[in-house]
Amino acid sequence: MRSEPVQGVTPVPAAHAVGMPLSMRLRRAAVPWAYLAIPVTLLLVFTYVPIGAMFSFSTLEWDGLSRDRPFIGLDNYTEVFRRPELFGVFATSLFYLAGAFIQLGLALYLAVLLSYNVRFRNVFKGIIFFPYLINGVAIGFIFLYVFQPDGVLDTLLAGFGLEDHQRHWLGERGLNNASLASVSVWRYMGLNFVLFLGAIQSIPHEILEAASIDGASRWQQLRHVIAPGIKPVIGLSFILAIQGSLAVFDIPYIMTGGSNGSSTFVIQTVDIAFKFHKVGLGSAMAVTLLLIILVVTGIQRRIIRDDPVDISQ
Amino acid sequence: MTLGSQARSLAGNVVVYASLVLAATVALLPLIVVFMAGFKTRAEFREGGPLGVPVDWFHLDNFITAFTRGGMAMGLLNTTFILVVSVTGSILIGSMAAFAISRFDFRGRRLVVFLFLFATLVPAVTAQVATFQLVVGMGLFNTRWAAIALFTSTDIIGIYIFLQFLRGVPRSLDEAAYLDGASSFRVYRSIVLPLLKPAIATVVIIKGVAIYNEFYIPFLYMPSRDLGVVATSLFRFQGPYSADWQVISAGVVITIIPTLIVFLALQRYIYNGFTRGTGK
Repeated sequence: MRSEPVQGVTPVPAAHAVGMPLSMRLRRAAVPWAYLAIPVTLLLVFTYVPIGAMFSFSTLEWDGLSRDRPFIGLDNYTEVFRRPELFGVFATSLFYLAGAFIQLGLALYLAVLLSYNVRFRNVFKGIIFFPYLINGVAIGFIFLYVFQPDGVLDTLLAGFGLEDHQRHWLGERGLNNASLASVSVWRYMGLNFVLFLGAIQSIPHEILEAASIDGASRWQQLRHVIAPGIKPVIGLSFILAIQGSLAVFDIPYIMTGGSNGSSTFVIQTVDIAFKFHKVGLGSAMAVTLLLIILVVTGIQRRIIRDDPVDISQ
Repeated sequence: MTLGSQARSLAGNVVVYASLVLAATVALLPLIVVFMAGFKTRAEFREGGPLGVPVDWFHLDNFITAFTRGGMAMGLLNTTFILVVSVTGSILIGSMAAFAISRFDFRGRRLVVFLFLFATLVPAVTAQVATFQLVVGMGLFNTRWAAIALFTSTDIIGIYIFLQFLRGVPRSLDEAAYLDGASSFRVYRSIVLPLLKPAIATVVIIKGVAIYNEFYIPFLYMPSRDLGVVATSLFRFQGPYSADWQVISAGVVITIIPTLIVFLALQRYIYNGFTRGTGK
């Protein structure tokens, strides 16, 4: 259903309108705008006006309140790139990117397993998917409990006689980012898993059967039938994973507040704008992130030309 | 089957089930541990390990504290109000826009589609740097309408789902109605909207889950305690209850239970919704 571009829609032919009187034609042309007036107004007011404002604020030195807001050109942008605690935090994204790849691998593995006839299939499917639906603040608190000293993880390690491996999971620099990224894996893996499983199950059964009659092993079926069949979903998931790891926010904001090297670019942006009241600099950071996301999306369009879930083509 | 291949398929089965059980355990264990913690007394929580089972499964003090003093009851009310208004608004706006785009040919149609599409690429949290000034300027700051306005007008995923769905609906029905002299509103109201029901279910699920779980928008725009939603009320447990993890756990459980009920009741629709709706 989602596999053809929207433009496949042939809109109501306007040809027969040509013979009509002008007033009637004008009224016809006005009809779609009657339906679009509210949606487009809201879109402009709450998305495009702020984007425009973001670009203009980014050239000002402004605390968000005072009337005095001098124009400083691109100075905010040079500051973004010069100060390592601003642009440098993109390095944190690498932890989440690595986590995202692990997450996609696990999701694919589990989806393949569940695509065979397995007992309790729906129970497993439900349990693996459910974390994706949980509120982010709740997830943050759950894993604060898991990772705190003598918390769930340490207790489990002790239970297996691995006391030596107990660590300050959220305290140690570097390790804290790995712990936080693993929370993201726990949270989002279920969604990828369900998407992959859906894609695998939409491969016509006869094709797999034919392959199996022709003597294809499970691995060969996976490589030559399943993998090509779900390529578009995998491609889409990769792009979403990259975009997601550039814009990580909730989990580290809730769990560590971005302390001790666990800050992300988005946390820095809102802190700069709302905690330190540097709206100009914060806007420059927001614009920077928007441009990076656009570049990533542009690359995606080039690589995955035949992306069937993309309705914009 | 030969003995060798039987042994191999048995080994294969062991790997399959071991993997699934392990994955299910990793998914469930953190939830179970927090669930148990919600029923423990302060002393029990301090002295027993996190894996210990609560002594009294009817010890509900933590839940009462979380509901009343913790503000979770208020949070559930505010969330429900915001969710119902925003989801209804999204459905009306999304279906009107999709109706216009898919059923009419007009100048600027491609531009409108592009504007809606491009908007989904804007990272939501950082956009608030500029949106904040606007919301304050409109006098919406510290009102529920700040969240409602933003939930309804941004992240317009409904339009895509409706567009995709309408593409599969033959236009012969609309045309027959027009020939009978029906107005376009009549076609929208009596033909298109009822046909969209399955797509509306998808939007309700995706949008509903997103709004129930949204943290930053209410956190930024509705700092007043009376305006706490589920996510922000729970977040505020951090200071006052940081020494009372059993109360925080009860708050977490209260947050998850509505999600769990909806999930169990609507499982099939939820899977379909996310399979259809992701990748905006």
